[in-house]
Amino acid sequence: MGAVNALVHLPLILPPVVTGYALLLTFGRKGPVGAFLDQAFGLVFAFRWTGAALAAAIMGFPLMLRAMRLAIEAVDPRLEAAAATLGAARIAVFARVTLPLILPGVIAGAILAFAKAMGEFGATITFVSNIPGQTRTLPAAIYTALQVPGEEPIAARLAAISVAVALAALFASELVSRRIAARIRGEA
Amino acid sequence: MLKVALTQTFPGFSLDIAFEAPAGVTALFGASGAGKTTVVNAVSGLARPDRGRVVAGGAVLLDTAAGVCVPPHRRRIGYVFQEARLFPHLDVRANLMFGARYAPRDATGPDFAKVVEMLGIGALLGRRPATLSGGEKARVAIGRALMSRSRVLLMDEPLAALDAPRRAEILPFLERLRDTGLPVLYISHSVAEVARLADTIICLERGQMRAAGPAATVLADPGLADLFGAAEAGAVIGARIAGPEADGLIRADTAAGPLWLTEAPATPGTAVRLRVHASDVILSRERPAGLSALNILPGTIQRIEEDAQGRAWVQVALGPGEALLARITRRSVGALGLAPGVACHAVLKSVALAREDLGEGR
Repeated sequence: MGAVNALVHLPLILPPVVTGYALLLTFGRKGPVGAFLDQAFGLVFAFRWTGAALAAAIMGFPLMLRAMRLAIEAVDPRLEAAAATLGAARIAVFARVTLPLILPGVIAGAILAFAKAMGEFGATITFVSNIPGQTRTLPAAIYTALQVPGEEPIAARLAAISVAVALAALFASELVSRRIAARIRGEA
Repeated sequence: MLKVALTQTFPGFSLDIAFEAPAGVTALFGASGAGKTTVVNAVSGLARPDRGRVVAGGAVLLDTAAGVCVPPHRRRIGYVFQEARLFPHLDVRANLMFGARYAPRDATGPDFAKVVEMLGIGALLGRRPATLSGGEKARVAIGRALMSRSRVLLMDEPLAALDAPRRAEILPFLERLRDTGLPVLYISHSVAEVARLADTIICLERGQMRAAGPAATVLADPGLADLFGAAEAGAVIGARIAGPEADGLIRADTAAGPLWLTEAPATPGTAVRLRVHASDVILSRERPAGLSALNILPGTIQRIEEDAQGRAWVQVALGPGEALLARITRRSVGALGLAPGVACHAVLKSVALAREDLGEGR
Protein backbone atom coordinates (compact mmCIF):
# COMPACT_ATOMS: atom_id res chain seq x y z
CA MET A 1 0.00 0.00 0.00
CA GLY A 2 2.90 2.35 0.76
CA ALA A 3 4.20 2.33 -2.82
CA VAL A 4 0.75 2.89 -4.34
CA ASN A 5 0.13 5.66 -1.83
CA ALA A 6 3.40 7.39 -2.72
CA LEU A 7 2.76 7.02 -6.47
CA VAL A 8 -0.72 8.52 -6.20
CA HIS A 9 0.56 11.43 -4.15
CA LEU A 10 3.58 12.16 -6.36
CA PRO A 11 1.73 14.63 -8.65
CA LEU A 12 1.03 16.74 -5.59
CA ILE A 13 4.72 17.38 -4.91
CA LEU A 14 6.45 16.93 -8.29
CA PRO A 15 6.81 19.90 -10.65
CA PRO A 16 3.78 19.55 -12.98
CA VAL A 17 6.07 19.51 -15.99
CA VAL A 18 7.74 16.38 -14.61
CA THR A 19 4.36 14.72 -14.13
CA GLY A 20 3.45 15.64 -17.71
CA TYR A 21 6.73 14.20 -18.97
CA ALA A 22 6.11 10.99 -17.01
CA LEU A 23 2.63 10.77 -18.53
CA LEU A 24 4.12 11.23 -21.98
CA LEU A 25 6.60 8.41 -21.34
CA THR A 26 3.90 6.07 -19.97
CA PHE A 27 0.74 6.95 -21.86
CA GLY A 28 2.31 8.32 -25.06
CA ARG A 29 1.92 6.43 -28.36
CA LYS A 30 5.17 4.57 -27.71
CA GLY A 31 4.83 4.35 -23.95
CA PRO A 32 4.11 0.89 -22.51
CA VAL A 33 0.61 1.66 -21.24
CA GLY A 34 -0.28 4.00 -24.12
CA ALA A 35 0.75 1.47 -26.78
CA PHE A 36 -1.24 -1.28 -25.10
CA LEU A 37 -4.40 0.80 -24.71
CA ASP A 38 -4.12 1.93 -28.34
CA GLN A 39 -3.84 -1.63 -29.67
CA ALA A 40 -6.34 -3.23 -27.30
CA PHE A 41 -9.08 -0.59 -27.16
CA GLY A 42 -8.11 2.02 -29.72
CA LEU A 43 -7.77 4.47 -26.87
CA VAL A 44 -5.24 7.22 -27.59
CA PHE A 45 -4.16 9.80 -25.04
CA ALA A 46 -1.28 11.58 -26.72
CA PHE A 47 -2.24 14.99 -28.07
CA ARG A 48 -5.97 14.32 -27.69
CA TRP A 49 -8.53 15.79 -25.32
CA THR A 50 -8.55 12.41 -23.55
CA GLY A 51 -4.94 13.07 -22.58
CA ALA A 52 -5.87 16.46 -21.15
CA ALA A 53 -8.61 14.79 -19.11
CA LEU A 54 -6.15 12.14 -17.89
CA ALA A 55 -3.62 14.78 -16.86
CA ALA A 56 -6.33 16.72 -15.00
CA ALA A 57 -7.48 13.55 -13.22
CA ILE A 58 -3.96 12.54 -12.20
CA MET A 59 -3.25 16.02 -10.85
CA GLY A 60 -6.56 16.32 -8.99
CA PHE A 61 -6.83 12.82 -7.60
CA PRO A 62 -4.45 13.15 -4.61
CA LEU A 63 -6.44 16.12 -3.31
CA MET A 64 -9.68 14.16 -3.54
CA LEU A 65 -8.02 11.17 -1.92
CA ARG A 66 -6.83 13.20 1.05
CA ALA A 67 -10.27 14.69 1.63
CA MET A 68 -11.86 11.23 1.42
CA ARG A 69 -9.34 9.71 3.76
CA LEU A 70 -9.97 12.39 6.37
CA ALA A 71 -13.70 11.71 6.06
CA ILE A 72 -13.24 7.95 6.42
CA GLU A 73 -11.02 8.38 9.46
CA ALA A 74 -13.74 10.52 11.04
CA VAL A 75 -16.32 7.74 10.77
CA ASP A 76 -16.90 6.09 14.14
CA PRO A 77 -15.88 2.43 13.72
CA ARG A 78 -18.31 1.56 16.51
CA LEU A 79 -21.17 2.43 14.17
CA GLU A 80 -19.79 0.00 11.62
CA ALA A 81 -19.50 -2.68 14.32
CA ALA A 82 -23.11 -2.00 15.32
CA ALA A 83 -24.19 -2.45 11.69
CA ALA A 84 -22.37 -5.79 11.56
CA THR A 85 -24.17 -7.07 14.67
CA LEU A 86 -27.45 -6.18 12.94
CA GLY A 87 -26.59 -8.57 10.14
CA ALA A 88 -24.93 -6.34 7.55
CA ALA A 89 -21.97 -7.85 5.69
CA ARG A 90 -18.93 -5.67 4.97
CA ILE A 91 -20.16 -4.37 1.63
CA ALA A 92 -23.56 -3.55 3.10
CA VAL A 93 -21.91 -1.77 6.03
CA PHE A 94 -19.94 0.35 3.58
CA ALA A 95 -22.93 1.15 1.38
CA ARG A 96 -25.42 1.87 4.16
CA VAL A 97 -23.26 3.37 6.90
CA THR A 98 -19.76 4.37 5.82
CA LEU A 99 -20.55 5.90 2.42
CA PRO A 100 -23.44 8.11 3.58
CA LEU A 101 -21.30 9.34 6.46
CA ILE A 102 -18.29 10.24 4.30
CA LEU A 103 -20.37 11.85 1.53
CA PRO A 104 -19.60 15.45 2.57
CA GLY A 105 -15.89 14.64 2.46
CA VAL A 106 -16.19 12.98 -0.93
CA ILE A 107 -18.02 15.99 -2.35
CA ALA A 108 -15.59 18.47 -0.85
CA GLY A 109 -12.72 16.42 -2.25
CA ALA A 110 -14.32 16.22 -5.68
CA ILE A 111 -14.78 19.99 -5.86
CA LEU A 112 -11.21 20.54 -4.72
CA ALA A 113 -9.97 18.14 -7.38
CA PHE A 114 -12.14 19.88 -9.96
CA ALA A 115 -10.67 23.27 -9.10
CA LYS A 116 -7.15 21.89 -9.23
CA ALA A 117 -7.85 20.18 -12.56
CA MET A 118 -9.29 23.36 -14.04
CA GLY A 119 -6.16 25.29 -13.18
CA GLU A 120 -3.82 22.54 -14.34
CA PHE A 121 -1.33 23.87 -16.86
CA GLY A 122 2.17 22.39 -16.72
CA ALA A 123 1.41 18.67 -16.91
CA THR A 124 -1.27 19.14 -19.57
CA ILE A 125 0.82 21.27 -21.89
CA THR A 126 3.79 18.93 -21.52
CA PHE A 127 1.72 15.79 -22.14
CA VAL A 128 -0.76 16.83 -24.85
CA SER A 129 0.56 20.25 -25.97
CA ASN A 130 -1.79 23.13 -26.70
CA ILE A 131 -3.81 22.25 -29.80
CA PRO A 132 -6.76 24.57 -30.48
CA GLY A 133 -10.09 22.77 -30.25
CA GLN A 134 -8.36 19.62 -29.05
CA THR A 135 -6.18 20.06 -25.98
CA ARG A 136 -6.35 23.77 -25.27
CA THR A 137 -7.54 24.09 -21.70
CA LEU A 138 -8.65 27.33 -20.11
CA PRO A 139 -5.23 28.20 -18.60
CA ALA A 140 -3.53 27.25 -21.86
CA ALA A 141 -5.93 29.52 -23.77
CA ILE A 142 -5.19 32.41 -21.40
CA TYR A 143 -1.49 31.82 -21.79
CA THR A 144 -1.80 31.71 -25.59
CA ALA A 145 -3.87 34.89 -25.69
CA LEU A 146 -1.24 36.67 -23.65
CA GLN A 147 1.45 35.69 -26.16
CA VAL A 148 -0.36 37.45 -29.02
CA PRO A 149 -0.25 41.27 -29.06
CA GLY A 150 -3.73 42.79 -28.89
CA GLU A 151 -5.48 39.68 -27.55
CA GLU A 152 -5.22 40.77 -23.97
CA PRO A 153 -8.98 41.45 -23.72
CA ILE A 154 -9.58 37.80 -24.64
CA ALA A 155 -7.22 36.73 -21.87
CA ALA A 156 -9.04 38.98 -19.43
CA ARG A 157 -12.44 37.52 -20.39
CA LEU A 158 -11.13 33.97 -20.04
CA ALA A 159 -9.60 34.84 -16.69
CA ALA A 160 -12.94 36.25 -15.53
CA ILE A 161 -14.69 33.04 -16.63
CA SER A 162 -12.20 30.90 -14.71
CA VAL A 163 -12.63 33.02 -11.59
CA ALA A 164 -16.43 32.71 -11.89
CA VAL A 165 -16.37 28.94 -12.38
CA ALA A 166 -13.95 28.44 -9.50
CA LEU A 167 -16.01 30.57 -7.12
CA ALA A 168 -19.24 28.86 -8.16
CA ALA A 169 -17.67 25.47 -7.53
CA LEU A 170 -16.42 26.57 -4.14
CA PHE A 171 -19.81 27.89 -3.04
CA ALA A 172 -21.60 24.84 -4.41
CA SER A 173 -19.33 22.46 -2.55
CA GLU A 174 -19.63 24.43 0.65
CA LEU A 175 -23.41 24.45 0.37
CA VAL A 176 -23.79 20.79 -0.55
CA SER A 177 -21.39 19.40 2.03
CA ARG A 178 -22.81 21.65 4.75
CA ARG A 179 -26.32 20.44 3.98
CA ILE A 180 -25.30 16.80 3.94
CA ALA A 181 -23.31 17.19 7.13
CA ALA A 182 -26.32 18.79 8.81
CA ARG A 183 -28.52 15.97 7.62
CA ILE A 184 -26.08 13.42 8.98
CA ARG A 185 -25.93 15.20 12.31
CA GLY A 186 -29.70 15.04 12.27
CA GLU A 187 -30.45 18.75 12.13
CA ALA A 188 -32.48 18.68 8.95
CA MET B 1 -30.54 -20.87 25.37
CA LEU B 2 -27.07 -19.42 25.24
CA LYS B 3 -24.04 -21.45 26.29
CA VAL B 4 -20.70 -19.74 26.80
CA ALA B 5 -17.29 -21.11 27.79
CA LEU B 6 -14.23 -18.88 27.48
CA THR B 7 -10.63 -18.66 28.52
CA GLN B 8 -8.47 -15.68 27.75
CA THR B 9 -5.15 -14.58 29.23
CA PHE B 10 -4.46 -10.90 29.79
CA PRO B 11 -1.34 -9.36 31.28
CA GLY B 12 -1.96 -9.66 35.01
CA PHE B 13 -5.12 -11.73 34.99
CA SER B 14 -6.88 -14.50 33.19
CA LEU B 15 -10.50 -15.01 32.30
CA ASP B 16 -11.99 -18.44 32.71
CA ILE B 17 -15.76 -18.78 32.73
CA ALA B 18 -18.49 -21.15 31.62
CA PHE B 19 -22.20 -20.53 31.97
CA GLU B 20 -25.59 -21.11 30.44
CA ALA B 21 -28.20 -18.41 30.00
CA PRO B 22 -31.73 -19.83 29.87
CA ALA B 23 -34.75 -17.94 28.56
CA GLY B 24 -35.39 -14.77 30.53
CA VAL B 25 -32.85 -12.26 31.70
CA THR B 26 -29.43 -13.50 32.74
CA ALA B 27 -27.37 -10.81 34.40
CA LEU B 28 -23.62 -10.87 34.12
CA PHE B 29 -22.62 -8.93 37.20
CA GLY B 30 -19.17 -7.68 38.04
CA ALA B 31 -17.04 -4.60 38.66
CA SER B 32 -15.29 -2.99 35.72
CA GLY B 33 -12.27 -5.02 34.76
CA ALA B 34 -13.93 -8.28 35.80
CA GLY B 35 -13.98 -9.46 32.17
CA LYS B 36 -17.56 -8.65 31.20
CA THR B 37 -16.56 -6.92 27.96
CA THR B 38 -14.49 -9.91 26.87
CA VAL B 39 -17.54 -12.11 27.28
CA VAL B 40 -19.74 -9.72 25.31
CA ASN B 41 -17.22 -9.41 22.50
CA ALA B 42 -16.77 -13.17 22.26
CA VAL B 43 -20.53 -13.72 22.08
CA SER B 44 -21.12 -10.94 19.55
CA GLY B 45 -18.08 -11.90 17.49
CA LEU B 46 -16.53 -8.43 17.62
CA ALA B 47 -13.40 -9.92 19.19
CA ARG B 48 -12.10 -13.43 19.41
CA PRO B 49 -10.98 -15.04 22.67
CA ASP B 50 -7.93 -17.31 23.02
CA ARG B 51 -10.09 -20.34 23.56
CA GLY B 52 -13.80 -20.75 23.85
CA ARG B 53 -17.10 -22.08 22.64
CA VAL B 54 -20.34 -20.15 22.20
CA VAL B 55 -23.62 -21.83 21.26
CA ALA B 56 -26.82 -19.83 20.80
CA GLY B 57 -30.16 -21.34 19.96
CA GLY B 58 -28.51 -24.58 18.83
CA ALA B 59 -26.05 -22.86 16.47
CA VAL B 60 -22.33 -23.01 17.17
CA LEU B 61 -21.07 -19.45 16.81
CA LEU B 62 -17.58 -19.98 18.14
CA ASP B 63 -15.53 -23.09 18.72
CA THR B 64 -11.83 -22.35 18.75
CA ALA B 65 -11.00 -26.04 19.12
CA ALA B 66 -12.84 -26.81 15.86
CA GLY B 67 -11.69 -23.61 14.17
CA VAL B 68 -15.21 -22.19 13.97
CA CYS B 69 -15.69 -18.44 14.29
CA VAL B 70 -18.84 -17.12 12.68
CA PRO B 71 -18.47 -13.44 11.66
CA PRO B 72 -20.64 -10.96 13.61
CA HIS B 73 -23.08 -10.29 10.78
CA ARG B 74 -24.05 -13.95 10.57
CA ARG B 75 -24.38 -14.59 14.31
CA ARG B 76 -27.77 -12.99 14.79
CA ILE B 77 -26.86 -11.72 18.23
CA GLY B 78 -28.74 -8.51 18.97
CA TYR B 79 -26.31 -6.16 20.65
CA VAL B 80 -27.55 -3.14 22.58
CA PHE B 81 -24.51 -0.98 23.22
CA GLN B 82 -23.92 1.27 26.19
CA GLU B 83 -23.83 4.33 23.91
CA ALA B 84 -26.87 3.61 21.73
CA ARG B 85 -24.79 3.77 18.51
CA LEU B 86 -27.73 4.82 16.38
CA PHE B 87 -26.94 5.68 12.77
CA PRO B 88 -26.91 9.50 12.69
CA HIS B 89 -27.81 9.77 9.00
CA LEU B 90 -30.98 7.70 9.34
CA ASP B 91 -34.24 8.59 11.06
CA VAL B 92 -35.65 6.43 13.84
CA ARG B 93 -37.76 4.34 11.47
CA ALA B 94 -34.79 3.58 9.21
CA ASN B 95 -32.64 2.81 12.25
CA LEU B 96 -35.25 0.33 13.48
CA MET B 97 -35.54 -1.29 10.07
CA PHE B 98 -31.78 -1.42 9.44
CA GLY B 99 -31.33 -5.06 10.43
CA ALA B 100 -34.78 -6.33 9.44
CA ARG B 101 -33.78 -7.12 5.86
CA TYR B 102 -31.00 -9.46 7.01
CA ALA B 103 -33.25 -11.54 9.26
CA PRO B 104 -34.07 -15.02 7.94
CA ARG B 105 -37.62 -15.29 6.61
CA ASP B 106 -38.58 -17.95 9.14
CA ALA B 107 -37.19 -16.02 12.13
CA THR B 108 -39.82 -15.13 14.68
CA GLY B 109 -40.08 -12.12 16.90
CA PRO B 110 -42.20 -9.07 17.56
CA ASP B 111 -43.18 -7.17 14.41
CA PHE B 112 -42.54 -3.49 13.79
CA ALA B 113 -45.84 -2.31 15.27
CA LYS B 114 -45.32 -4.42 18.39
CA VAL B 115 -41.76 -3.19 18.92
CA VAL B 116 -42.82 0.43 18.49
CA GLU B 117 -45.70 -0.03 20.91
CA MET B 118 -43.65 -1.97 23.47
CA LEU B 119 -40.92 0.68 23.57
CA GLY B 120 -43.23 3.67 23.26
CA ILE B 121 -41.37 5.19 20.31
CA GLY B 122 -44.28 5.75 17.93
CA ALA B 123 -43.93 9.54 18.16
CA LEU B 124 -40.22 9.43 17.33
CA LEU B 125 -40.27 7.50 14.05
CA GLY B 126 -39.59 10.50 11.79
CA ARG B 127 -36.89 12.02 13.97
CA ARG B 128 -33.12 11.83 13.73
CA PRO B 129 -30.98 10.40 16.54
CA ALA B 130 -29.36 13.80 17.21
CA THR B 131 -32.71 15.20 18.33
CA LEU B 132 -33.47 12.37 20.78
CA SER B 133 -32.86 12.35 24.52
CA GLY B 134 -30.58 9.73 26.03
CA GLY B 135 -33.52 7.63 27.18
CA GLU B 136 -35.19 7.79 23.78
CA LYS B 137 -31.96 6.76 22.09
CA ALA B 138 -31.64 3.76 24.41
CA ARG B 139 -35.18 2.66 23.57
CA VAL B 140 -34.61 2.98 19.83
CA ALA B 141 -31.38 1.00 20.17
CA ILE B 142 -33.26 -1.82 21.89
CA GLY B 143 -35.93 -1.74 19.18
CA ARG B 144 -33.30 -1.85 16.46
CA ALA B 145 -31.74 -4.98 17.99
CA LEU B 146 -35.18 -6.62 18.34
CA MET B 147 -36.05 -5.92 14.71
CA SER B 148 -33.00 -7.84 13.53
CA ARG B 149 -34.72 -10.96 14.90
CA SER B 150 -31.72 -12.08 16.89
CA ARG B 151 -31.38 -15.37 18.72
CA VAL B 152 -30.14 -13.68 21.86
CA LEU B 153 -30.20 -10.10 23.05
CA LEU B 154 -26.94 -8.82 24.46
CA MET B 155 -27.22 -5.68 26.56
CA ASP B 156 -23.95 -4.09 27.64
CA GLU B 157 -24.84 -1.72 30.47
CA PRO B 158 -27.54 -0.04 28.39
CA LEU B 159 -28.41 2.28 31.28
CA ALA B 160 -24.93 3.18 32.52
CA ALA B 161 -24.74 6.36 30.43
CA LEU B 162 -28.11 7.63 31.65
CA ASP B 163 -29.01 9.67 34.71
CA ALA B 164 -31.33 8.28 37.37
CA PRO B 165 -34.63 9.65 35.97
CA ARG B 166 -33.78 8.32 32.48
CA ARG B 167 -32.91 4.95 33.96
CA ALA B 168 -36.25 4.84 35.72
CA GLU B 169 -37.86 5.67 32.40
CA ILE B 170 -36.21 2.74 30.58
CA LEU B 171 -36.48 -0.01 33.19
CA PRO B 172 -40.19 -0.75 32.59
CA PHE B 173 -39.44 -1.22 28.89
CA LEU B 174 -36.63 -3.63 29.71
CA GLU B 175 -39.03 -5.60 31.88
CA ARG B 176 -41.36 -5.99 28.92
CA LEU B 177 -38.55 -7.61 26.96
CA ARG B 178 -39.13 -10.82 28.86
CA ASP B 179 -42.52 -11.06 27.14
CA THR B 180 -40.69 -11.63 23.85
CA GLY B 181 -39.28 -14.92 25.15
CA LEU B 182 -35.81 -13.97 23.95
CA PRO B 183 -32.84 -14.94 26.12
CA VAL B 184 -31.28 -11.69 27.30
CA LEU B 185 -27.70 -11.44 28.54
CA TYR B 186 -27.63 -8.28 30.60
CA ILE B 187 -24.25 -6.88 31.54
CA SER B 188 -24.27 -4.64 34.58
CA HIS B 189 -22.42 -3.50 37.64
CA SER B 190 -25.57 -2.08 39.23
CA VAL B 191 -27.07 -4.25 41.95
CA ALA B 192 -30.37 -2.35 41.70
CA GLU B 193 -30.74 -3.12 37.98
CA VAL B 194 -29.77 -6.73 38.44
CA ALA B 195 -32.15 -7.18 41.37
CA ARG B 196 -34.96 -5.72 39.33
CA LEU B 197 -34.41 -7.43 35.99
CA ALA B 198 -32.52 -10.67 36.38
CA ASP B 199 -33.94 -14.16 36.52
CA THR B 200 -30.46 -15.66 36.66
CA ILE B 201 -27.33 -13.97 37.98
CA ILE B 202 -23.74 -14.77 37.11
CA CYS B 203 -21.13 -13.02 39.22
CA LEU B 204 -17.74 -12.33 37.72
CA GLU B 205 -14.73 -11.35 39.76
CA ARG B 206 -11.31 -10.75 38.22
CA GLY B 207 -12.09 -13.05 35.33
CA GLN B 208 -13.44 -15.89 37.43
CA MET B 209 -17.01 -16.93 38.14
CA ARG B 210 -17.77 -16.34 41.78
CA ALA B 211 -21.41 -17.46 41.76
CA ALA B 212 -24.20 -18.38 39.38
CA GLY B 213 -27.82 -19.25 39.94
CA PRO B 214 -31.38 -17.98 40.25
CA ALA B 215 -31.51 -14.29 41.19
CA ALA B 216 -33.27 -14.85 44.53
CA THR B 217 -30.66 -17.40 45.62
CA VAL B 218 -27.61 -15.37 44.58
CA LEU B 219 -28.87 -12.10 46.05
CA ALA B 220 -29.71 -13.77 49.39
CA ASP B 221 -26.29 -15.43 49.65
CA PRO B 222 -24.53 -13.95 52.73
CA GLY B 223 -21.15 -15.03 51.33
CA LEU B 224 -21.54 -12.72 48.33
CA ALA B 225 -22.36 -9.53 50.23
CA ASP B 226 -18.85 -8.14 49.74
CA LEU B 227 -19.30 -8.50 45.98
CA PHE B 228 -22.54 -6.51 45.91
CA GLY B 229 -21.27 -3.99 48.46
CA ALA B 230 -22.38 -3.32 52.02
CA ALA B 231 -24.84 -0.61 50.97
CA GLU B 232 -26.43 -2.46 48.07
CA ALA B 233 -26.52 -6.06 49.23
CA GLY B 234 -30.02 -7.36 49.83
CA ALA B 235 -32.40 -10.12 48.89
CA VAL B 236 -35.42 -10.14 46.64
CA ILE B 237 -38.57 -11.93 47.72
CA GLY B 238 -41.69 -12.84 45.84
CA ALA B 239 -45.13 -11.64 46.89
CA ARG B 240 -48.66 -11.50 45.58
CA ILE B 241 -50.75 -8.35 45.89
CA ALA B 242 -53.84 -8.90 48.04
CA GLY B 243 -55.23 -5.44 47.45
CA PRO B 244 -55.50 -1.95 48.91
CA GLU B 245 -56.76 -1.44 52.43
CA ALA B 246 -58.90 1.32 53.93
CA ASP B 247 -55.92 3.53 54.91
CA GLY B 248 -54.36 3.32 51.44
CA LEU B 249 -51.65 0.78 52.21
CA ILE B 250 -51.46 -2.16 49.86
CA ARG B 251 -51.20 -5.61 51.29
CA ALA B 252 -48.83 -8.11 49.67
CA ASP B 253 -48.63 -11.73 50.81
CA THR B 254 -45.20 -13.35 51.04
CA ALA B 255 -44.24 -16.91 51.91
CA ALA B 256 -43.87 -15.88 55.57
CA GLY B 257 -46.82 -13.52 55.97
CA PRO B 258 -48.25 -10.22 54.83
CA LEU B 259 -46.38 -6.98 54.14
CA TRP B 260 -47.89 -3.54 53.67
CA LEU B 261 -46.55 -1.37 50.91
CA THR B 262 -47.09 2.29 50.13
CA GLU B 263 -46.26 2.08 46.45
CA ALA B 264 -47.39 -1.01 44.60
CA PRO B 265 -49.84 -2.03 41.91
CA ALA B 266 -53.30 -2.24 43.47
CA THR B 267 -54.60 -5.07 41.28
CA PRO B 268 -55.17 -8.12 43.50
CA GLY B 269 -53.34 -11.21 42.33
CA THR B 270 -50.41 -9.33 40.73
CA ALA B 271 -47.14 -11.15 41.38
CA VAL B 272 -44.39 -8.78 42.42
CA ARG B 273 -40.75 -8.97 43.35
CA LEU B 274 -39.72 -7.00 46.41
CA ARG B 275 -36.21 -5.84 47.15
CA VAL B 276 -35.11 -5.54 50.74
CA HIS B 277 -31.70 -4.02 51.44
CA ALA B 278 -29.76 -6.02 54.02
CA SER B 279 -29.10 -2.80 55.91
CA ASP B 280 -32.87 -2.23 56.25
CA VAL B 281 -33.46 -5.48 58.13
CA ILE B 282 -33.43 -5.69 61.95
CA LEU B 283 -33.46 -9.10 63.60
CA SER B 284 -35.25 -9.94 66.84
CA ARG B 285 -35.56 -13.22 68.71
CA GLU B 286 -39.06 -12.34 70.01
CA ARG B 287 -41.86 -10.85 67.97
CA PRO B 288 -41.26 -7.17 68.67
CA ALA B 289 -44.06 -5.03 70.09
CA GLY B 290 -44.35 -1.25 70.34
CA LEU B 291 -42.49 -0.60 67.10
CA SER B 292 -43.50 1.81 64.38
CA ALA B 293 -42.34 -0.66 61.76
CA LEU B 294 -45.28 -2.48 60.23
CA ASN B 295 -43.51 -5.13 58.28
CA ILE B 296 -42.32 -8.00 60.41
CA LEU B 297 -41.78 -11.48 58.97
CA PRO B 298 -40.99 -14.66 60.96
CA GLY B 299 -38.21 -16.87 59.65
CA THR B 300 -35.40 -19.24 60.45
CA ILE B 301 -31.72 -18.39 60.32
CA GLN B 302 -30.00 -20.41 57.65
CA ARG B 303 -26.48 -19.06 57.30
CA ILE B 304 -24.28 -16.44 58.95
CA GLU B 305 -21.15 -15.02 57.31
CA GLU B 306 -18.96 -12.63 59.25
CA ASP B 307 -16.59 -10.15 57.64
CA ALA B 308 -13.43 -8.39 58.79
CA GLN B 309 -15.24 -5.12 59.50
CA GLY B 310 -17.22 -6.64 62.36
CA ARG B 311 -20.32 -7.11 60.27
CA ALA B 312 -22.38 -10.26 60.07
CA TRP B 313 -24.51 -11.15 57.07
CA VAL B 314 -27.44 -13.30 58.13
CA GLN B 315 -29.63 -15.26 55.75
CA VAL B 316 -33.16 -15.75 57.07
CA ALA B 317 -35.28 -18.37 55.33
CA LEU B 318 -38.92 -17.36 54.91
CA GLY B 319 -40.16 -20.36 52.98
CA PRO B 320 -39.13 -22.63 50.13
CA GLY B 321 -36.69 -20.71 47.93
CA GLU B 322 -37.45 -17.44 49.73
CA ALA B 323 -34.92 -15.78 52.00
CA LEU B 324 -33.98 -12.39 53.37
CA LEU B 325 -30.51 -11.05 53.96
CA ALA B 326 -29.82 -8.99 57.07
CA ARG B 327 -26.75 -6.92 57.85
CA ILE B 328 -26.10 -6.77 61.58
CA THR B 329 -23.01 -6.64 63.78
CA ARG B 330 -21.02 -9.60 65.03
CA ARG B 331 -21.65 -8.30 68.53
CA SER B 332 -25.42 -8.62 67.98
CA VAL B 333 -24.98 -12.15 66.68
CA GLY B 334 -23.30 -13.05 69.94
CA ALA B 335 -25.67 -11.06 72.18
CA LEU B 336 -28.80 -12.58 70.62
CA GLY B 337 -27.31 -16.05 70.32
CA LEU B 338 -28.06 -16.19 66.61
CA ALA B 339 -27.04 -19.38 64.85
CA PRO B 340 -28.30 -21.48 61.95
CA GLY B 341 -31.63 -23.09 62.84
CA VAL B 342 -32.65 -20.37 65.31
CA ALA B 343 -36.11 -18.86 64.75
CA CYS B 344 -36.26 -15.08 64.60
CA HIS B 345 -38.29 -12.14 63.38
CA ALA B 346 -37.10 -9.83 60.63
CA VAL B 347 -38.21 -6.20 60.96
CA LEU B 348 -38.14 -4.55 57.55
CA LYS B 349 -37.53 -0.81 57.72
CA SER B 350 -38.14 -0.37 54.05
CA VAL B 351 -39.44 -2.57 51.27
CA ALA B 352 -39.14 -1.52 47.65
CA LEU B 353 -41.04 -2.90 44.75
CA ALA B 354 -38.44 -4.39 42.45
CA ARG B 355 -40.74 -5.40 39.66
CA GLU B 356 -44.24 -6.25 38.62
CA ASP B 357 -45.82 -8.96 36.56
CA LEU B 358 -43.57 -11.83 37.39
CA GLY B 359 -46.14 -14.17 35.97
CA GLU B 360 -46.25 -17.67 37.31
CA GLY B 361 -43.90 -18.37 40.20
CA ARG B 362 -40.67 -16.41 39.91
